[in-house]
Amino acid sequence: MSDTWIILGATSSMARAFARKAAASGAAVLLAGRDQPDIAILAEDCRLRGARLAEALPFDARAPEGFAPLIDRLTREEGRLNAAVFVGSMPPQSAIDADPALIDGTVTDSFTGPARFLQLFAPLVEARAGGTVVGVGSVAGDRGRIGNYVYGSAKAGFHTYLSGLRNRLTRAGGHVVTVKPGFVDTSMTWGLPGMFLVASPEAVADDIWKAVTKRKNVIYTPFFWRFIMLIIRHIPEFIFKKMKI
Amino acid sequence: MTWNSTTYSGWGRALKAKGEIARPERQGALEACLSDGLLPACGMRRSYGDAALNDGGRLIDMTRLDRMLGFDPETGILEVEAGARIGDIAAAFAPRGWLPAVMPGTGLATVGGCIAQDVHGKNHHHIGSFCQHVVALRLRQAKGTVAVSPDKTPDLFRATAGGLGQTGIILSARIRLIPCKGDVMVVTERRIEDWDQHLALLDASTATYTVGWIDATATGAALGRGILEEGETGAGLVPKRVSTRRVPLDAPAFALSGPVVRAFNAAYYRRVPARGRTVVKPIADFFFPLDKIHDWNRLYGKRGFHQFQCVVPLAAAPALRQMLESVAASGLASPLAVLKRMGPGRAGFLSFPMEGYTLAVDFPNRDEARALIARLQAMTAAAGGRIYFAKDSLARGTDAAAMYPELADWRAQVAKADPGRRLATDMVRRLNLRSEA
Repeated sequence: MSDTWIILGATSSMARAFARKAAASGAAVLLAGRDQPDIAILAEDCRLRGARLAEALPFDARAPEGFAPLIDRLTREEGRLNAAVFVGSMPPQSAIDADPALIDGTVTDSFTGPARFLQLFAPLVEARAGGTVVGVGSVAGDRGRIGNYVYGSAKAGFHTYLSGLRNRLTRAGGHVVTVKPGFVDTSMTWGLPGMFLVASPEAVADDIWKAVTKRKNVIYTPFFWRFIMLIIRHIPEFIFKKMKI
Repeated sequence: MTWNSTTYSGWGRALKAKGEIARPERQGALEACLSDGLLPACGMRRSYGDAALNDGGRLIDMTRLDRMLGFDPETGILEVEAGARIGDIAAAFAPRGWLPAVMPGTGLATVGGCIAQDVHGKNHHHIGSFCQHVVALRLRQAKGTVAVSPDKTPDLFRATAGGLGQTGIILSARIRLIPCKGDVMVVTERRIEDWDQHLALLDASTATYTVGWIDATATGAALGRGILEEGETGAGLVPKRVSTRRVPLDAPAFALSGPVVRAFNAAYYRRVPARGRTVVKPIADFFFPLDKIHDWNRLYGKRGFHQFQCVVPLAAAPALRQMLESVAASGLASPLAVLKRMGPGRAGFLSFPMEGYTLAVDFPNRDEARALIARLQAMTAAAGGRIYFAKDSLARGTDAAAMYPELADWRAQVAKADPGRRLATDMVRRLNLRSEA
């Protein structure tokens, strides 16, 4: 079965590592994001690593009028169609506190933009009776905390959306993987204080790829975040509200 | 661009630097980092000493600019960004019958780092150094990007090859891959009983890849004993590479104390049967044996370690034997010690290789070890040899000047390439490489 992956937010380091995994498997990779010259470089990299086809395409989570052409491009590929969503933005909470208008962009990038794309994509999975959606959320979406609760709530919304989409696509033979990474060594976390147990993007991409082949529903990566978040989710609110973690 | 304010070190962890590091993930972001002027760049910081340190200043980490830019199957020439790692290139291309012509002992080294140190591999005696297979590269200098190649800009190329990053930031390079049979190595291992046999076998080896592990704790009649490994590429199926392990914390000092190392070395020596053996292994296991253990440098504890590596001319083999005697008598050596025969191939003014024998030994970072390394450096200089900038963290400026006769040519080119002296690193300052002491 020939696979095609569309990868949204392809300039992120996690997406790059995942695209390389898909390329090494011989899949076609359609790399979508804003920085076209940079994505063109990644496309050539994926071709050299074994991708059947690699193309750079424009995608901006805040410009939904660009989504339909991507769907058209996808339908021209035969075989199973898959999508992996790596978009999101995390302005410092202090910046949001100073300018609440930043909330709209954060929620669009991390939740509603990708959700609108996936609404258009879902019928392709149903029509071809197969295909996987990978949605990258965050452990920050498991509980709101003072440090990044706007980003966290956008990701929480995205988690819930993915859960519903899984419910829908399972009926058609499709699948949805919700990925909740902990701290990953990306440009988003570079130089941030308080980072620990930081995972490499390659290790995260390995976990995601395994989750896709084993049709896992919700994964934490690295795996131990499942236990960290289990504890954090179960701290009673009357204690949690006084904590700073 | 976010600047990460941090304390960092080279692979040996003995020398440290404090400063800000940026790690651009796109070429546009790199330009943003350079808006205030040129800065020194680093790769995976696999150089042991301070070649990639800039204490009190800023540094650009190039490891995320790691993409393959093009490949021509007619010529085997691959263009990559400077942050691409040798092991990644080998993993991607070996199954299709290609390998980088020269691969250093760790696959985690970047192409940019391999150029800046003009590294060598286990096939140096046949094929020469890394930069002899670089057909072109792009350098970011203060005024913009320049193209460099051995035929069109020979002087700048020779200053860049092994040039410690002082001619500009290496952005990308076109490197030659060589055909291989597949991603499998057929390796013949045999015991070597003593020093004379060690040199004789290295001299007589006709294999494509040759390296000798040496037991640097053996003394007396057993001095110089070890294991000769000769490898050829092959095709076929081998057991999958075991997953990597990580050293989770700094080991206590006794982990590599004299008795432990002696016992380990004796067992390691006897691992190979007396009659020798031929084994088939994944390509990475042969070329990058230690990459399986992440952060193995932590085995030396938090004080870190030093590696001494020298090369001496063929005729100076007796001097090298004397050095090994000093090492063995000191009881300070670690299990990691390597003896190799080198060919004459080198590409730059400051390239390490010369025709002769090269010895590399690791030592924990202790007073006695530093004193021993100073003696070994003096013996190297007296033997007409030189030490390796990729490994050194202890030499002084006068040592380096005597060992590198083309230093003046290098200085002249570097003065033109980086007149603002923006690219100086801790190593360049420690060894007074850019100006007379």
